[in-house]
Formats: sequence, C-alpha cells, structure tokens
Amino acid sequence: MASAVLAVDGVVRERAAGTGVWVFIGVASALFTLFVTAYVMRMAAVDATKIALPAQLWLSTACLVAGSVLMEWAARAQGSPSAHRLLWAGGIATMAFIGAQLWAWQALLDAKVGLAAHPAASFFYVFTALHGLHVLGGLVAWSVAMQAGAAWRVALCARYWHFLLVLWLGLYAALAMVTPDLARFICGTAAP
Amino acid sequence: MAIADTDSGLHDDAPRSFITRYVWSQDHKVIAVQYGGTAIVVGLVGLVLSNLMRLQIGFPGVFAFIDAERYYQYVTMHGMIMVIYLLTALFLGGFGNYLIPLMCGARDMVFPYMNMLSFWVYLLSVVVLMASFFVPGGPTGAGWTLYPPQAILAGTPGHEWGIILMLVSLLIFIVATTMGGLNYVTTVLQARCRGMTLMRMPLSVWGIFTATVLALLAFPALFVSGVMMLLDKTLGTSFFMPAVLSMGQATGYKGGSPLLFQHLFWFFGHPEVYIVALPAFGIVSDLISVHARKAIFGYRQMVWAIVVIGGLSFIVWAHHMFVSGMNPWFGFFFAISTLIIAVPTAIKVYNWVLTLWRGDIHLTVPMLFTLAFLLTFLSGGLTGLFLGNVSVDIPLSGTYFVVAHFHMVMGVAPLLVVFGAITHWFPKITGRMLDERLGRFHFWVTFLGTYLIYFPMHYLGIMGMPRRYYNYEGYQFIPASAHQLNEFITIVALFVGAVQLLFVFNLVWSALRGRKADPNPWRAASLEWATPHTPPEHGNWGAKLPEVHRWAYAYSVPGATRDYIAQDAPAGDGGQEPQHG
Amino acid sequence: MVIAVVLLLLVVGSIWFHLVTPWWLTPLASDWHQMDQTLHITVVVTTVFFVVINLFIVFTVWRFRHRDGSKADYQPANARLERWLVGITTVGIVALLAPGLAVYANYVSPPGDAMQIEVVARQWQWHFRLPGADGKFGGSDVRFVSGANPLGLDPADASGQDDLVVTANEIHLPLGKPVKVLARSHDVLHDFFVPEFRARMNIVPGQVSWFWFTPTKAGRYEAMCAQLCGVGHPRMQGYVVVEDEAAFAKWRMTQTTFAQTQAPAAGGSGGGAGRALAQAKGCLGCHSLDGAAGVGPSWKGLFGKTETMVDGSTAKVDDEYLRAFIRDPKARAVKGFAPVMPVIELSADELDALVAFIKSQS
Repeated sequence: MASAVLAVDGVVRERAAGTGVWVFIGVASALFTLFVTAYVMRMAAVDATKIALPAQLWLSTACLVAGSVLMEWAARAQGSPSAHRLLWAGGIATMAFIGAQLWAWQALLDAKVGLAAHPAASFFYVFTALHGLHVLGGLVAWSVAMQAGAAWRVALCARYWHFLLVLWLGLYAALAMVTPDLARFICGTAAP
Repeated sequence: MAIADTDSGLHDDAPRSFITRYVWSQDHKVIAVQYGGTAIVVGLVGLVLSNLMRLQIGFPGVFAFIDAERYYQYVTMHGMIMVIYLLTALFLGGFGNYLIPLMCGARDMVFPYMNMLSFWVYLLSVVVLMASFFVPGGPTGAGWTLYPPQAILAGTPGHEWGIILMLVSLLIFIVATTMGGLNYVTTVLQARCRGMTLMRMPLSVWGIFTATVLALLAFPALFVSGVMMLLDKTLGTSFFMPAVLSMGQATGYKGGSPLLFQHLFWFFGHPEVYIVALPAFGIVSDLISVHARKAIFGYRQMVWAIVVIGGLSFIVWAHHMFVSGMNPWFGFFFAISTLIIAVPTAIKVYNWVLTLWRGDIHLTVPMLFTLAFLLTFLSGGLTGLFLGNVSVDIPLSGTYFVVAHFHMVMGVAPLLVVFGAITHWFPKITGRMLDERLGRFHFWVTFLGTYLIYFPMHYLGIMGMPRRYYNYEGYQFIPASAHQLNEFITIVALFVGAVQLLFVFNLVWSALRGRKADPNPWRAASLEWATPHTPPEHGNWGAKLPEVHRWAYAYSVPGATRDYIAQDAPAGDGGQEPQHG
Repeated sequence: MVIAVVLLLLVVGSIWFHLVTPWWLTPLASDWHQMDQTLHITVVVTTVFFVVINLFIVFTVWRFRHRDGSKADYQPANARLERWLVGITTVGIVALLAPGLAVYANYVSPPGDAMQIEVVARQWQWHFRLPGADGKFGGSDVRFVSGANPLGLDPADASGQDDLVVTANEIHLPLGKPVKVLARSHDVLHDFFVPEFRARMNIVPGQVSWFWFTPTKAGRYEAMCAQLCGVGHPRMQGYVVVEDEAAFAKWRMTQTTFAQTQAPAAGGSGGGAGRALAQAKGCLGCHSLDGAAGVGPSWKGLFGKTETMVDGSTAKVDDEYLRAFIRDPKARAVKGFAPVMPVIELSADELDALVAFIKSQS
C-alpha cells in the first residue's frame, strides 16, 4: 500500500500519531467511564451482590505493570542495543497479562460464576473482555513497532500502555470496591 | 500551534491503477465520494421505507402486504438508516473527508490508511444492517430507539435475529466512526497550512470538527448500551431486563433496568442530533457568505456558539425521558439545560439573518436551499421549545408532535443543507455544474413538499394522535378529518420521494455530461477553491502547500478591487479578519 | 424574488392554518388547565419569533437581492447588537420556563389525600386495581401471575385480599376527586395516556411509576398505550369512565375483590360470559368480531372455516382446533399472521365459554 500513500513528512506523521493516540485514549476513557457508570447504577439494584474476584487478577495486574514499565524503558532506551529487547519483553509481559486474565475467567467459570450469574459477574466479564480487546489492539501496534522500529512508535506504545494500566487499575478497583451498599449510596436509593 | 509547516512535497508515488485510485483509495476526496455515494444509496432505501410507512398510515389496510409486523420493521429501519447510516455518515464521512484537508490547506488526512479502512468498515456495517432484512423473523421492529425489554422479547418483530444484526451493525459503525473521527480531529489540530489558525478556519470546518468531537465522546454510550443489550439477548445477562414475563411465560431475567438503557441511549442520542446539526450549521454559514457576498456576521460568536452547543448537548439528554418514569426531579434540571441551549442556537439564526442583511444576495440554487433551511430550522427549533419545557412535553410526548418536530429539525433542515452543499461543491468535486433547471425544480418540490408534510403534522400531535401506531381503528377521539390529513400527507410524501430521484439523476448525469465549470464559479474566498487543478489532484496543492493570510470571509471588503479576497491571496491585498483587542 | 414571496406566503399560510385548524387540543377533562395555558404561552412566544424573524428574512431577501451594480456591506460584527439579541432571547426563554417549571412542580407533588388506583399493563391489555376498605394495596410480583391471578397479587399479603381487581379494560373514577395513578407492567414498557386528562407516564417493568390528576368532566374517555410495546401496541385500547360519587360507588360495589377471585371458581357465569372473557383476557385486542384482520384472524366466520398454516398445511376450525390453539398458541402459525399469540391461562369452564363465544360469531 505504500505507493498509494502520500509520503507525509516524518515530523508531521509523528506529531499526528501522538495526537491521535491521545484522542483515542480520550474515546476509550469515555467508553469505560460510561461502562463504570452503568455498573454503579446496576449494582444499586435489588439483586446485586459483591463478586469474589479470583486471585489470578493479582498475577495479571503484575504482568501489566511489568509490561508498562518495560515499554517505558524501551522508549527511553531508544538508540541503545537493549531497546529492542526491552520492547520485546514488554510485549511478552502483556501477552502474559492476557493469559492470566483468561486463567481468571477459567477460575470463575470453575466456580460456576458465569456471565449471567449476577450483575457484578456480568460486568466483570464485560470489563475484562473489552479491556483485553484494547490490549490486543495495542499488541498490533506493538508488532508494527517491533518491525518498523521508529523511536516515536515505541514512545507511543509506552504512552498507550500506561493508559491501559491506569484503566485496568480503575476497573479492578471498581469491581473490588463498589459494593451494592456503596452503589445505593451513590445513586441515592434506599436499601431494599 | 500545531501547523504543518514542514512539507516534503509530493513524492512521485501517487496511486496509478484504477483499483488504487478509486477503490482501495487512501485519498480523502475519493473516500468522501465513497462515503457520500453509499450514504445516498442507503438513504434511498430509507426513503422507500418511509413511503411504505406512509402508505399504511394514509390508507390503512389497503396494502395488505404491510401488516403490523412489517410496519414496525419499516419504522425502525427507516429511522436508524436515516439518522446513522445517512446523515451521520454523510456529514462526517462525506463532507468531513472532502472539506477538511482542502479547507485547511492539507494534502490529505493525517492517517490515510485508517481513513480508507473507516469507509470499508462503514460499508460492512451497512451490509450487516441490510442483511437483517433476510434473516428469519426479519429486521427488528423495536423503533429506532431499540428500547428494552421489548426489543429482545417476543411480540416485537425481529426479536430473534433482527435485533442482533442491528446491534452488531451499530457496533461496527461505531468502530468506523472512531477511525474517521481520529482522522478529522487530528488533521484539524495538526495539519493546517501556514497561516491557517483555528480562528481563520471556515465555519464548515468548525461545525464538522466539533461534531466529530461529539461523536468520539457520545458514540461510546451507544457502544456500551449495544454491547449490554446484545449480551442480554444472546447470553441471558440482565443488564436492562427486570423480572418480566414474555407472552405470559416467565423468563430468566431479573434486576436489570430498562431506564439504564434509556439514559445510555439518550446520552448518545442527544449529542447525535448535534452531530448532524453542527456540520449543517457550519456549512450554512459558508453558503450564506459566498452567495450573499458578505462576511458571516459575528464569526467569533458563531464559533463560540458551535462549541457551547456541542458542550451543552451532553447535559440535556433526559429531555427525551420526561415521561419515562425516571426520578421526576430530574425533569427540572433537564428542562432548564434544554432551554438554555436555545440561546446559542438562536444566536446562530440571528447571525445568519444579519449576514443576509445588506448583503448582495444571489438567488442561486445553494442560496435557495439555505433560505429554506432558515425557515424550516426556525420552525423545527421553535417546536423544540414545546418539548423541552417539561410540563408542556407531558401530553405531547409519544405523539405526532414529536415526529413532526424531529423530522423538521433533523430531516428537512439538514437535508436542505445537504442539497445546497452538494450543489455548491459539485463543481469543485467534478469540474462540472449541476443542471440548474433540475436543481430548481427539485428545490421547490422538496421545500414546499416537506413543509406541507410536517407543518400540519404538529397539530395531529397536539390533538393527541399517538406515534408508532399501525392503525387507529376504534379510537373515536380522532376525527375523520385527521385521517384525511394523513391521506394528504401520504400523497405529498410519495411525490416528494419520487422527485428525490431527480436529484440523484442530476448528480450522475451532470458528473458525466454537465456544463464544464470554472475553477471557482461562485467566486468563493475559502481555500478549497484555490487548488491548482479542478478537480484537485492527489495531494491537492501541487508542489507547494498554500499559505494563508486572512480568514475565509473577505467578501465585499471596502476598497478591494473585487468583491472577494481569496484566503491565500497576498497579505497586502487586505481583507484580514476583524481584530479583537 | 419568487422565494421572498413564497416565504411570505408560508408564514401567512402557517398562521392562517393555525387559526382555522380543526386539529387542536382535545377538550380538557382534568384540572391541568395550567398545562394548556403554558402551551398557549409557548405558542404565542414562538409565533412572535417565527413571524418576526421570517418577515425580516423576507424583507431582506427582497431588498438586498442581487441586481446589476449592487454591492454588499461590510459589517462583520456588532458586539452590542449581539448582546441585545442574547438578552431578548433569554427573556423569551425565561418567559417559557417559568410557567413551565411552576406547573411541573405541581405535577410532581400529588396531594396527600389523592385517591390511589393502580393500572397494570401487559401485552396487550389493561387491568386495574383499587384498594379495598383498608385503603392499602397488597403486594404484587410477577412470579404470582397466573390465569386466576392476572394481576400477580401476593396471596399471602393480608392487605391485598380486599383489593378490587378489574380485569376488564375499563376503570371508573369519581368526578372531582384527585387521583394518583400507580402504574405497573409485567412485561415491557407501556404508557397509559388519556389525551383529555393530559397527565400520563410510561410504565416500566420492575418499578412503579405514577402520575396524578383530578377529573373535572364526566364522560367515557379512551385510553391508549403511548409507548411502543410490540405489534399489539395500537390495539391496547382502554376506557376511563368519570362519574359522580353515587354512580362510582355503585360501580365499585360490582367489582370483585382479590379474595373472591381466588375462591374456588363458581365457574364462568352463564351466557355472555364468553364475550366478557374475550374482553377481559385481551383476546379482542388482536381478534376482531367484524371481519377486519388485526394482529390475529377475525373471529367472524372463523368457526367452520378451513385455515391455512404457514407450512402450507390446512386445518378445519372446529372445537378441537380452537381449544388446542388457545392452550398452545406456539404449536403452529396461521399463514398471514405474526406468531405472537400469548398463552392466556383459562380454567376449563372459561375455555368452554370462550369457544362457545367464538363459535357464535359464525
């Protein structure tokens, strides 16, 4: 496709891509903010119960933290020989995150807590699935960065990875801390 | 200030084959035409559906193949097609793609590959939507608002497969819109040519840019509600589903909230109408300036108004829910916020009219459509004040007053802008003029016809005639005269519908055989008219990017030799924008 | 030029239309005259803006149309004028909001002594409930719904035993007394709307919504469902009869209590029971008696007919056919009709009466 593309100047391309990533982060933030709002509203209902989050989430969180850190190091190390290895490691850590998330799903399913079991469970699966999709999208960009190697690509990967981590921590906190009581307090509805 | 002040010029690797130039094209102009063409075709489908609906409303029972199920399927598909797949796609994907790079002095969008993808993903969403006509049970008949619980329960057409395809299609459309939106926003922020500050951009760009920001933030709400409804339907979750019976049988749902869906849907749905309206507002400002040879009155206020309307549009959504059964105290807040949004909107109307005042008004086809817009938008906007005022809305909600209001303000007014805008920019896109006589005939029929259709309809609503009724058998409070009015409206609608084909014919015929146009037939000052070639070639500007020395509204500047000064004319030619100390 | 004339004609024509139109508010039958007044204020204010702005456009287009040698002015801004326009517009907006919100404040504050009635909506029929002598409604839940208990009242709740259950689609109200309507649904969203009362509210399954009004004119008013609820939506017609206290009391006494409906059935009372059942169970919402095709086939001439199914097979409509179809409507589908018939629970006696009624329509 390269021949059909306008050769936009590298500087313009890099700045544009940076803005593009920020805008996309804004859109994804809007998406997940709305999901969390829906989650709080749903948790205020009569049939809501707290979910026992599987322990695998500690592991997956650690993997994502590692991925974010490694991406940042890779971005800062651009130009030095370790950069590519760090980038590679960041991707592997992220794949481990996905694996651990799927393991967490398996653990819940083994405990007979499926998607429709109760509202918190439904949101758990939805949050982790959609966050995971955004991570997979990031891995696509990561694979391009692995091949094309431009420093700005790695920097943008790092930026996006930090967003994915902050987002995951927010979702994890919401799942862990928004009890039906808290939700009812926020929504101003009385307990049944 | 993020202006693309570096440009490596055009490399000699422009696309050469038919496929890369016109099919898998990454050129924003081609993509714009692809979006526009697809939107028009799908809009014609929506038009046929509306005619079928009107056949039943005007002549109930006469057309036996239109049974209750089919009627509601037509209602739903017509609404969704027109709002999303026609208007949103056309204004953002069509006009946005074409105008933004040209009006900003850029060679193309900043992410051309993603731009190309956005069109093909949009096309995929259209295909998935059309596929719902062919699945068992047919398309969904839940109304374009797709309210649960009914949308996924027996008793509503398409509750088995149609609703799934509809939701999947919407999710795909949102992906497409996000890809496009990233382009439009980033290009405006990053790729303006030298001298093109934000406050020198034409209002068309401001309208489309603001609408894009709205789209990027509002469509996620539709995405959220779509995903959750899809899961309720396919995997038995209870996001929106309380413990309900379906056709007398117990279902497995419990605890969900139908009102949660409505809040999410309208958090998207209200900004959506401004996603359609704001580009229309921006374009109207430019059409008036060009065809009245006069600078838009109050450019800064117009920009301010667009941005404020965009911002306010996020806090008015529950005026669609005044009688929904939500917490009644919300009604106070949303009535106030809704009526506040009338103020910047009114400013825009005043400024358009004040632009015409003491202008040099050329009654070209684009100007005719603009004047018609003013009348119909004023009418539609004013009826919004009835509906936004919560207690007045109570007996009007769910009646034909609402149908008349939103058709006037979203269907008629923006569509008149579309026709005017296409006529205006057709010579730029194709190098030829649209046929004038066909244009005028189409204008008069469309303008007068739609006014005749929708103005009287308000009164049916005031009388209490409910919307979304397949027929009115047995309701004595509705007089026979109302049914006769419906007959009249149907006949006018069929005629107006048929005449739209003339517009499509005009497009195709003129593109092939129309009178060859001047490069700037309307003598417009904005930058898109200043490309070295018409139609613009790949890369738009030839060897060197333009440089801009003034705003886009240097019309009838005192002391100037001509009645306009192009944006990229030398600085010494004058016509700079008013300075604000 | 023509456009200026046409615009003028449209403005004049719109006003003329407004003055002569036969389609206006139904005669008000409740005390919500304030709502009508606010509507009138809105008409006046919006008409003023509509006429003034459009006439200004008409004049402008005529006066400043292009002629040879004409030139436009150059006046890109006028901050003072803009401020004035914002001010005038704001005054107009406040003139609308103030009465509107005042009326709304009344709308959300029902009087404490308002009589309560309950509307229960289901696809596609209306039921009603009045509190009994104890003045309180008993509890209800969807899980209690059955053929003998179509409103889903909790049989274990003592305060529900004396509630008056109205399964017909007609409710009576006493003239001049404020009434608060509590609304429930078993299945989907509905809306109980009598245009003459002005007040209404969506009915949301899983919660109880409400609205209130005071009926001020005796009469029999049509109620309709005003929230799309499926293919039977246009057929959900109900009636509200407003009458003086004495007549209302008389009507009240003829209604059955929940306890009575739960007593071992004395069976359907003879003759005419079939028609009452067809009405009460909502059959007439989809099946007409005059031959007109509705959501379902008309009962006129149905018995003895040979019906064609969607799979092409035919069947004679006899006793057995009717009973089987009513008991299990999903078993087969008649060609030309949507397969949306719900399971309506009927006792053996009720089924007899209903089948006899359908037979009598031939």
